[in-house]
Amino acid sequence: MKEKLESIKSSALYSIEQAKDLKALEELRIKYSGKKGELTTFLREMKNLSKEQRPIIGQLANETRELIEDKIKHTKIILEKKQEDKKLLDEIIDITLPGKAVAQGKLHPLEQTLEQLCDIFIGMGYEIISGKEVETAYYNFDALNLGPTHPARDEQDTFYITEDLVLRTATSPVQVHTMENQPLPIRMIAPGKVYRSDEVDATHSPVFHQLEGLVVDKDITFGDLKGVLAEFAKQFFGDKVEVKFRPHYFPFTEPSAEVDVTCVMCQGEGCSVCKGEGFIEILGCGMVHPKVLEMAGIDPNVYQGFAFGMGLERLTMLKYNINDLRLFYENDIRFLSQF
Amino acid sequence: MNVPMSWLKQYVDIDMDLKAFVDGMTLSGSKVEKIEELGKEITNVVAGKIIDVTKHPDADRLRVMKTDIGNGKVLQIVTAAQNVQLNDVVPVALNGATLADGLKIKSGKLRGIESQGMFCSVQELGFTPSQIPSAPEDGVYIFNTPIILGECVKPYFGLGEQVVEYEITSNRPDCFSILGIAREAAATFELKFNYPKIELKEIDEDVASMATVDIIEPELCPRYAAKIIKNVKVGPSPKWLQDRLTSVGLRPINNIVDITNYILLEFGQPMHAFDYDKLKGHQINVRKANAGETMVTLLGDEIELDDTMLVIADKTSPIALAGIMGGEYSKVTEETKVILLECATFDGYSIRQTSKKLGILSDSSKKFVKGLDPNTITDAIERAAQLINITGAGDVLKGTIDVYPLKREPLTISYDVDWINAFLGLDLFKSEMEEIFMRLGFEVDMLLNTVTIPTFRPDITIAADLAEEIARIYGYDKIPATLENATPTIGGKSSRQLSIDKIKDCLRMCGIYGALTYTIDSPKIFDKLNIEDTNAIKISNPLGEDFSILRTTTLNGMLNALSTNYNRRNLDVALYEIGKVFIPTSSLPDEVEKVTVGMYGKDVDFYSIKGIVEALVNHLSIDNVEYTRNTNIDFMHKGRCASLIINGKYVGFFGEVHPQVSKNYAIDTKVYVMELDLDSLVNSSSPNKVYMPLPKFPVSTRDIAIKVSSDVLVGDIEKIIKQRGGRLLVGVELFDVYTGERIDEGYKSVAYKLIFRADDKTLTDNEVQKVLNKILNGLSCLGATLRD
Repeated sequence: MKEKLESIKSSALYSIEQAKDLKALEELRIKYSGKKGELTTFLREMKNLSKEQRPIIGQLANETRELIEDKIKHTKIILEKKQEDKKLLDEIIDITLPGKAVAQGKLHPLEQTLEQLCDIFIGMGYEIISGKEVETAYYNFDALNLGPTHPARDEQDTFYITEDLVLRTATSPVQVHTMENQPLPIRMIAPGKVYRSDEVDATHSPVFHQLEGLVVDKDITFGDLKGVLAEFAKQFFGDKVEVKFRPHYFPFTEPSAEVDVTCVMCQGEGCSVCKGEGFIEILGCGMVHPKVLEMAGIDPNVYQGFAFGMGLERLTMLKYNINDLRLFYENDIRFLSQF
Repeated sequence: MNVPMSWLKQYVDIDMDLKAFVDGMTLSGSKVEKIEELGKEITNVVAGKIIDVTKHPDADRLRVMKTDIGNGKVLQIVTAAQNVQLNDVVPVALNGATLADGLKIKSGKLRGIESQGMFCSVQELGFTPSQIPSAPEDGVYIFNTPIILGECVKPYFGLGEQVVEYEITSNRPDCFSILGIAREAAATFELKFNYPKIELKEIDEDVASMATVDIIEPELCPRYAAKIIKNVKVGPSPKWLQDRLTSVGLRPINNIVDITNYILLEFGQPMHAFDYDKLKGHQINVRKANAGETMVTLLGDEIELDDTMLVIADKTSPIALAGIMGGEYSKVTEETKVILLECATFDGYSIRQTSKKLGILSDSSKKFVKGLDPNTITDAIERAAQLINITGAGDVLKGTIDVYPLKREPLTISYDVDWINAFLGLDLFKSEMEEIFMRLGFEVDMLLNTVTIPTFRPDITIAADLAEEIARIYGYDKIPATLENATPTIGGKSSRQLSIDKIKDCLRMCGIYGALTYTIDSPKIFDKLNIEDTNAIKISNPLGEDFSILRTTTLNGMLNALSTNYNRRNLDVALYEIGKVFIPTSSLPDEVEKVTVGMYGKDVDFYSIKGIVEALVNHLSIDNVEYTRNTNIDFMHKGRCASLIINGKYVGFFGEVHPQVSKNYAIDTKVYVMELDLDSLVNSSSPNKVYMPLPKFPVSTRDIAIKVSSDVLVGDIEKIIKQRGGRLLVGVELFDVYTGERIDEGYKSVAYKLIFRADDKTLTDNEVQKVLNKILNGLSCLGATLRD
């Protein structure tokens, strides 16, 4: 009897293991544990056993039944999962087909540059101040130490509305208004549209965008100006950028400087963008001219300051390797969607 | 400013490599723009002497020449040149040579005869014949001064010279001269500045009795000096002088003109030579022209003068346009025997105005407009006379007529070492600063702590200017970059700026791209937009008609942008712009900022643009909004344009663009736009939101469809529904508007989902029905009936 039980057990476990699908498994269940199954029959035949043998074989038989039933249950789970997987595989789709379009707008690339600059300078404690695009000649020129005979006032450079009203040629008038009206210390940037009498071409536009900054406080040094702009350059162009300050001249700052950074195209190797110099000019800056402070009612013996100005178009063109300024004003969606 | 290195080295002993030199100059403020080596591409062209000439056996036009190129080497060269003869010394391009245009020369056979090189014309060395006076119009160049056979010919033509171009800032007129750059170089590198030694031989005849100079306008001409040269021999100037001029791209003309040009380059001081015998009364009067006076310039153009223009006149009439151009009548010719050499200073602004009015620019006027130092004249005119001596161009009379009514005196200012250190963020010793001042040629009084600034540096007047001199000579790069040790400020955006960001966020979420358009427009847009010429602000000096008025609406820019997209076949385009329009007032115009959206595309209609307006209103938490029909805007579709009204105030319009206007912009599809007043939106936005507890009780919904006359506005229906629905009605959703077969003509069906809820209990059917009945009763006054 014992041998018979063993043989049922091993053949059952083996064939269950081999069952290919749920149907085969069900057949095996019937074959072994069904009403007329081998194990059921065996259990039924136990009554013929001796009294001594019955509990021993009985226990063995029960264990075998549990074993087989467990095995069936377990195999069923596996086969069910297999069947489910197979069904899912039949639902295969081409995942390389494009996704469903989601309407997605973006900031204009110049707005994106402006946002980035605002973030950088806000982080350093600057406010953002905007001003009028039509200004008096006083605020556009005189208050910035560009006297009545200065060439920048020529009609060939500046758009005039009347003799005394101009389209601002820089956002600097905003700085003058701020110095006149706001309590010190001042830390501000003035972004906005500016106007110059330039025909439209790949690098010029009669309307373009500038961002100027101004700091006025006690104990401001030229070294601080270097520090702030080096930090700006790092944040905007990346940590590796090298910053070079070159002496320059602006009527409204003294000392004045132009700032060059490692060419973004060639990383300083020299290319057509930097004309082989490895550096490109990105902005002008300097210590606010004492006369400018004085005209705005600030005592230059007590307060100093620095100012800087940069073109958003130029920065953006450098950043994305854009070679034609006109693209910014065409607003072709294929251009706008690239940034 | 172009400066040949060899010329510069005449005044400063520069022995560093060129890269180090130009980097240093850039860092001290004379930015190097370009380094050019003249004739860089030319190689292997040497001097050779023709020692044998025979005819080519097979070609009448060719000759075979044996050419000695030194060191015992003789080449056989076949040439077609007709102007060369036995014993001529000529430039020879050897086998493997490269010429100015990149042409490579190789040995080869010409009609069967071996030719081992080529004779060169000046054109092949990169010149035009007029640049090299000794060159023939046509044919091979023949050396007329000794040159060693076999030697490279480049130096003979001034080639191989390195010319450095500097960007000079407008505050440094002194640097528009070789001596100015030399002085900067000396200061930058701590080198000795070798100022030219001026020694002069004058004949024993006094200049004073020869002519009178009278300055009537001292403000416009602070100094006028003149020397007189007798026994003038006008002719070519010596080669070294010609080479100097050619190396900076000037054409040698004759000794007198060349000398004035040389002084222009060396000192930055323009000069002019008059034919003394043509000066009526031997008088020089520096005066303003009389209106209507005329003069013929050196170039032969007759110009009419007005009474703002400064002229040099003789006793009767103008003989030169002061500082700009000489006159034809008094110019130096080959017949000239006596010349009057003018060396004067003129007011830059006045020169600029006159030059602009007449459209005449000259090398002189370009210098004068920068504002020159009258004290330069003293040396410049002597130096010119010295060159007359050296070149044998004539006899210099004794003395100088020098009228100097407005003397420029050197300025003495004090320096404060501590202040300069604090201002720059440096820690230099007093002696270090003083040393820099001395390098710059300032006179330093170390006891009084003052510096006396030479008059050629009018840019230095205050302490900050001295600080800049210290900074740039010490080196901007050596000043440590620091972070401000100052009062902290709190940065950030104002609430208005944050609201603008919010508007942009919302528009972006609606799938709209940011655009930027020109704020200056053409008056032609009035026709295109189908509107009356508003009194837009005009630019008095526009670039052209296209950019001549300040815009009063943003629509032209937006429609242009859409048109560009449409014509490039971009489907489905939606753009926004935040920008100003300019409304004239009696003084500064009102600058009103607008939020503009423009769009077209497959599924775009009026309700798309309205959806965007609603999204904005919702995003900014604006309450009390109304939409009313707007038929006042000529460039909009009369039946499909609405006004946005907030708190009873007009904020802007939106809807479909008038089809004719779209057509005017070459857009053949329906275009939808909105133009809203930015500040009205921002100001009605409520920034403070209060949390509303989430409802605890469920909603009950009822769908109703009502039949109304087609002319009843949905807005009016909703108004009544909301009014009647009261507190328990928490939502009204329109889900269908139907006109067609299944409804009587002249009627439409409007279907709503109405949502009811109470805050304190679950509503029973009865309670909902009561409210619904109230609503239906209310609607009956619009003639509305419930559909089944």
